[in-house]
Amino acid sequence: MDKINSRRQVAAMKQSLFDQGYLDEQFIQLEELQDDANPNFVEEIVTLYYRDSSRLISNLDHTLERNPVDFNKLDTIMHQFKGSSSSIGAKKVKAECTLFMEYCRARNGEGCRRSFQQMKKEYATLRKKLETYFHLARQAGPVETAFRPK
Amino acid sequence: MNLSNGKGSTSSSPLKAGDSVSDQFPAGLRVLVVDDDPTCLMILERMLRACLYEVTKCQRAEVALSLLRENKNGFDIVLSDVHMPDMDGFKLLEHIGLEMDLPVIMMSADDGKHVVMKGVTHGACDYLIKPVRIEALKNIWQHVIRKRKNGLRDVEQSGSVEEGDQPPKVSDDGDYSSSVNEARSSKKRRDEDEEGDEKDDSSTLKKPRVVWSVELHQQFMAAVNQLGIDKAVPKKILELMNVPGLTRENVASHLQKYRLYLRRLSGVSQQQGNLNNSFMSSQEATFGGTSINGIDLQTLSAAGQFPSQSLAKLQATGLGRTTAKAGVPMPLSDQKNLFSFENPRLRFGEGSLQHLSNSKPINLLHGIPTNMEPKQLANLHQSTQPLGSLNMRVNAPVTQNNPLLMQMAQSQPRGQMLGENAGSHVTRFPSSLVQPTVSNGISNGVLGNGIAGTSNITTYNPVQQNSSLLSFPMNQTNEISVSNFPLRSSPGITSITNKGMFHEEGTSGIKGPGGFVQGYDMFNELHHQKSHDWDLTNTGMTYDAAHHANPLQGNIDVSPSVLVHQSFPTMHQTVQNRDTTSIGKAMFSTGEGMHQSNLQNVGQHHNNLLLDNSVRVKAERIPDPSCQINNLFADQYGQEDLVSAFLKQQESIGTSENEFDFDGYSLDNIPV
Repeated sequence: MDKINSRRQVAAMKQSLFDQGYLDEQFIQLEELQDDANPNFVEEIVTLYYRDSSRLISNLDHTLERNPVDFNKLDTIMHQFKGSSSSIGAKKVKAECTLFMEYCRARNGEGCRRSFQQMKKEYATLRKKLETYFHLARQAGPVETAFRPK
Repeated sequence: MNLSNGKGSTSSSPLKAGDSVSDQFPAGLRVLVVDDDPTCLMILERMLRACLYEVTKCQRAEVALSLLRENKNGFDIVLSDVHMPDMDGFKLLEHIGLEMDLPVIMMSADDGKHVVMKGVTHGACDYLIKPVRIEALKNIWQHVIRKRKNGLRDVEQSGSVEEGDQPPKVSDDGDYSSSVNEARSSKKRRDEDEEGDEKDDSSTLKKPRVVWSVELHQQFMAAVNQLGIDKAVPKKILELMNVPGLTRENVASHLQKYRLYLRRLSGVSQQQGNLNNSFMSSQEATFGGTSINGIDLQTLSAAGQFPSQSLAKLQATGLGRTTAKAGVPMPLSDQKNLFSFENPRLRFGEGSLQHLSNSKPINLLHGIPTNMEPKQLANLHQSTQPLGSLNMRVNAPVTQNNPLLMQMAQSQPRGQMLGENAGSHVTRFPSSLVQPTVSNGISNGVLGNGIAGTSNITTYNPVQQNSSLLSFPMNQTNEISVSNFPLRSSPGITSITNKGMFHEEGTSGIKGPGGFVQGYDMFNELHHQKSHDWDLTNTGMTYDAAHHANPLQGNIDVSPSVLVHQSFPTMHQTVQNRDTTSIGKAMFSTGEGMHQSNLQNVGQHHNNLLLDNSVRVKAERIPDPSCQINNLFADQYGQEDLVSAFLKQQESIGTSENEFDFDGYSLDNIPV
């Protein structure tokens, strides 16, 4: 019973993450790569993502604080951040990155900062939600997880 | 992940030369994925593994390049991110295309049309938008097949083109033609033989590549010059060239390489001279038959000093020893290599040249520091003697290259070495080798050799070591298909020449013409090492040496890019020298000495060519002066020509002296 409930919970959470636009198809791709030989693949990737993105975020912070703002550098860093985020399926985060890069190209410092703050918020939210999700998934046990949300 | 395939020795690729894909294909496809983003990298690796590919991942482009260079035939395809901190993805793409001629797929989150177009123009075979889906990766094997198929087709086409009457455009006199033809026939012969004893690895599979023989390249150059480098579009070039059987695509890719080469050239400079010197000394090395096989010859020939015949002879001798095909003096590619050897021999007439016949390891690459693998260099050293003499000569007249060559040849204190100084340089160069020589037009022959040294290098280290200027990545021993042009592919190139002379052992780095990655078939004898060592792009460079003294300088392509530049300049010169061309072909590509304006374009834009050329180290021995140019391009044109040239030389070693345009540069002149 517990197991079944757990799995239902996992499925429900996943469904909501997709519905709310936090995750996209790419996340499913990752889950499909998970198998017996790589049982925790998705979680490993996401952990790697956290590590790498923390570094990038702090990098962006420093670059934004400088005066004058080096837009090219911001663009470069954000480009990489966007790439990683999209590779794990972080949809909202990716959208904020795109917005940020547009401000960069427009050389709009203020717009960049605002967008950056927004992006950080989305990132923090996603992170929390994913942590919950993985926790639930671990409890539910290794069941076929790569099912597509409706 | 394994970097190399367990299957064949030379071609670790699941795709065996000549075979239709094996049953398990595409499983086992060896993929190298480069991305600075660790998250993406890990995902890609997992996806590729899920596709049953053999995956190697790295985060830095430099690491990727060295991996590729060390395992010339270790990979089938490369996936690279566009935006990387240490090196631009397109630059890496260029390098790979020139040196190894592997299919490269670019990836990026950036899907802007401009960026995608850039991928196309730089030669990427595909462009994937991130995030990459596994479905997209499932089919990447098609690019591997396609590339091979096209290469073969090109080769056949070009074969027909060249085999037939020499195109009227070829200004070279009949000699050139005949040498080319001879090269071709020998190539064929070699190929046949090759098939017999070669494993069925890719070497037997003719890499479908157009063999840009010297004369073909000359025509190309003439067309480009006529149109103006800015306005030179493949269609027009094709029309001007009027070569039957040549397709617009062939021209387009050649043009692209050429452009890259030229770009590189602009960066290269000083070192070339040094290279030449070293190269000379490396002659000996080449003779040793050590890896530099092909290269040495080239360098030697590049030096231009030596009559192509002599080179051919040298090669023959050198190669004969080392290669299986004793009968054939040297597979075409060998010839090319020989070419370099020949020169020294002829000139010196003394014992030094004799070395050539010895199987002394060719130390040509002796000096080449970077790319050359240590062993290659070592080889070079050994045979340096004969080269030394070559170098000497080369250096003497050519100031510039010599230094370079010398450097290469350094490995041994050859008295003869042209530039005694070169010797010193040699050590430091591997990359520098190429450069210096190239520009100087140095040691035409030298260049070729030098480059070979580095494993991945197509660069021909202008031989630092006496041995074959071309010291192509010595590892390859056999292939040394010095066809300059496809330098990349001619792992075998270097080996070819070396075979006889240098010991082909390993230099095969030279890719056969047409960028045979695998150990150029042409140089079957050589074992076709597919080694990319040859990347002879350098060949072009070393070739410069050919024209003047620095046979060694030729093209030490230390770094593919470097070489490219270099070879070109030398090429001109070598072209002139003709004799150098044979050797130089490989070197030639390096564009060294392009004195003659023929190569002008070559030099400048020939980055690409050089790279390719180096591989080609054509052994054109073309005696006539007009051949020079051809010779230069010989590199580009594939080893066959070189080999044939060499062969020719062999016969007329004595007489070929004139062929080299080196104005009477005789080795004697080279200050010992």
